[in-house]
Amino acid sequence: MTLKRALVDALMGGVVAAALALPMLGFRLVDSSQGLSLGLRFDWVLWAALIVAAGRFALSLLRMTAAKRRKPIGPTMGERITTRFAGARPFVGWAMIGFALVMPFLPFADRNLVDKATLVLIYVMLGWGLNIVVGLAGLLDLGFVAFYAVGAYSYALLATKLGWSFWLCLPLAGLFAASFGIALGFPVLRLRGDYLAIVTLGFGEIIRIILQNWQDLTNGPQGISAIPRPTLFGLPFTASAPEGKQTFAEYFSLDYSGNHRVIFLYFVILVLALLTNAFTLRIRRLPIGRAWEALREDEIACRSLGLNPTNIKLSAFATGAMFAGLAGSFFATRQGFISPESFTFIESAVILAIVVLGGMGSQIGVVLAALLLVGLPEWFRELQQYRMLAFGGAMVLIMLWKPSGLLSHRAPTISLGGTK
Amino acid sequence: MEYFLQQLINGITLGAIYGLIAIGYTMVYGIIGMINFAHGEIYMLGAFITLIAYLAATTIGGGSVAMGLLIALAATMIFTALWGWAVERIAYRPLRGAPKLAPLISAIGMSIVLQNFSQITQGARVKPLPPVIRGGITLLEGENFTVHLSILQIVIVVLTVVLMGAFTWIITKTPLGRAQRATEQDMKMAALLGVDVDRIISATFVMGAMLAAVAGLMVTLYYGVIDFYIGFLAGIKAFTAAVLGGIGSLPGAMLGGLLIGLIEAFWSGYFSIEYKDVAAFSILVLVLLFRPTGLLGRPEVEKI
Repeated sequence: MTLKRALVDALMGGVVAAALALPMLGFRLVDSSQGLSLGLRFDWVLWAALIVAAGRFALSLLRMTAAKRRKPIGPTMGERITTRFAGARPFVGWAMIGFALVMPFLPFADRNLVDKATLVLIYVMLGWGLNIVVGLAGLLDLGFVAFYAVGAYSYALLATKLGWSFWLCLPLAGLFAASFGIALGFPVLRLRGDYLAIVTLGFGEIIRIILQNWQDLTNGPQGISAIPRPTLFGLPFTASAPEGKQTFAEYFSLDYSGNHRVIFLYFVILVLALLTNAFTLRIRRLPIGRAWEALREDEIACRSLGLNPTNIKLSAFATGAMFAGLAGSFFATRQGFISPESFTFIESAVILAIVVLGGMGSQIGVVLAALLLVGLPEWFRELQQYRMLAFGGAMVLIMLWKPSGLLSHRAPTISLGGTK
Repeated sequence: MEYFLQQLINGITLGAIYGLIAIGYTMVYGIIGMINFAHGEIYMLGAFITLIAYLAATTIGGGSVAMGLLIALAATMIFTALWGWAVERIAYRPLRGAPKLAPLISAIGMSIVLQNFSQITQGARVKPLPPVIRGGITLLEGENFTVHLSILQIVIVVLTVVLMGAFTWIITKTPLGRAQRATEQDMKMAALLGVDVDRIISATFVMGAMLAAVAGLMVTLYYGVIDFYIGFLAGIKAFTAAVLGGIGSLPGAMLGGLLIGLIEAFWSGYFSIEYKDVAAFSILVLVLLFRPTGLLGRPEVEKI
């Protein structure tokens, strides 16, 4: 590309940007007591055009210099790194687990950081759960948040209405979510790819609408508050224990500190997430896990080999739902308050984005993507609306940059030697 | 009986709007097989641009309603189409041939971007517009209920029918439509035979965005309030409509939109307004159970 063409291209980009910006940036709807009126701010349009033109020009220049440089023959940088460290791959996982275990006790870890890490871990767990459905079994689920909500509400309701403990409710919540998964999956899993997507999306919305409107049970939009916190084998993390009992701090003769609970919660979700991971890694070697992957690769071949696609899909769906339910009841106990607002479509989208950006089927990729999509924006909370704008932009840009995810690892767990 | 008739009229009006949005989904899905999640947002932009253009036209032009509406219609179709084109160009075209989920995530990202873009630029508060087209006809006067048909409802339905007719004509009779159908059937083969596939796909997005823009205009006039969030639910429902009618089929999208509109109107008229969305989705699941490819969809033949 010549310089002249780059200039023309930049100019065109600027013109298009100006035209795009003209209505939305050039005018501002002003709401006053006399009704709506318009404010003008054409300078914004000019800025938008200039920024886009400059950006496009810089991009063309970059491309020109990149084209001049000779392309290296052989594997690219990334591929070389991957092959060099292929043997180190399992250790990366162990190193991450090790770091996660000692993280709360490191000097730089304050309460805030541990709290944020807990949030990231919730999404890691959800991502790993959805990975079973999307990454392994290849079913597009856009309503994953529904099972998360079922888990959260079943713990919240059992705990506040019946007074059951977290540890008793946790498996129950997982079971509830899994049975919801089966109940939903049974009729719809015969559908193919994108039809399944819209039905799951609809199901997610239905659950949210029901939670919002079933006032007697869920308290509607006000949500459920005062959800009990978990205890460590009956030792509560409070400043003072009820009569005849001991708190965590008293039992271990420590000074009471609010940090104990935060760190405890962090370890609970860490264990839950690692459980999800271990489960996934193990089940991939069992017949059912292999059937999931086979189904993802070729449904017809599966059927010809006598596998029942509906049952296989159903088991993947229910397993994913179960982990979402577990994560949901943890979410409820961590927040102490839940409302239907926490379970909107955007949550499903974020979880799906974590799985896809991570590279479907890759466990470490999910961790990286969760750090990127959930952890990073947490530091920019003050920016509020710009945060979401940047979040959406990042989703688009990462996809354009790496269409198959950060760490794409979609090779089947087993394959015939040499034919790969 | 009167009440039933009134719900029928309301349902048809609503269905016309959903149908217009659904066409955008179904055409894009038919041609490149992706769910264009940002389409609901394009419709939302259409509504905003309508409002802005109408206000600008009436402020400058002295306040003639008819003139203002025509200018708003033209402006929203042009600018929204440009947005639709730009979204495809930026977020989807580079991902052609990428793994199937990549464009979907990119589309969800784009939808988040557009939503927050309008929230930042135009504010989060609901934007009200006083009724522009007033008047109507009283069709039936029952004992305790009168059936009312407003001029606006007539305009919406007539405009929808005209647009649908025009689009059917474009798709079936013009060279552009022929190229579109060819691309839909086999993109590679169409390219080999000299169809500029990228241009055809762009044209599809532009056409979808134009129809969504008209739907945005209708909603702005019909409900009189818009905000940056309207695209989400309308988008989901229109997509539901497209799937219900059989995704990829134009008459299916219209039929699906009409059905979703009717279900919503009757459900909120006779049962409960809170659960009208639940009803629409439940009907979708039921239909898909018995006709997995939608009402008018062609059964997919899988080749090995």
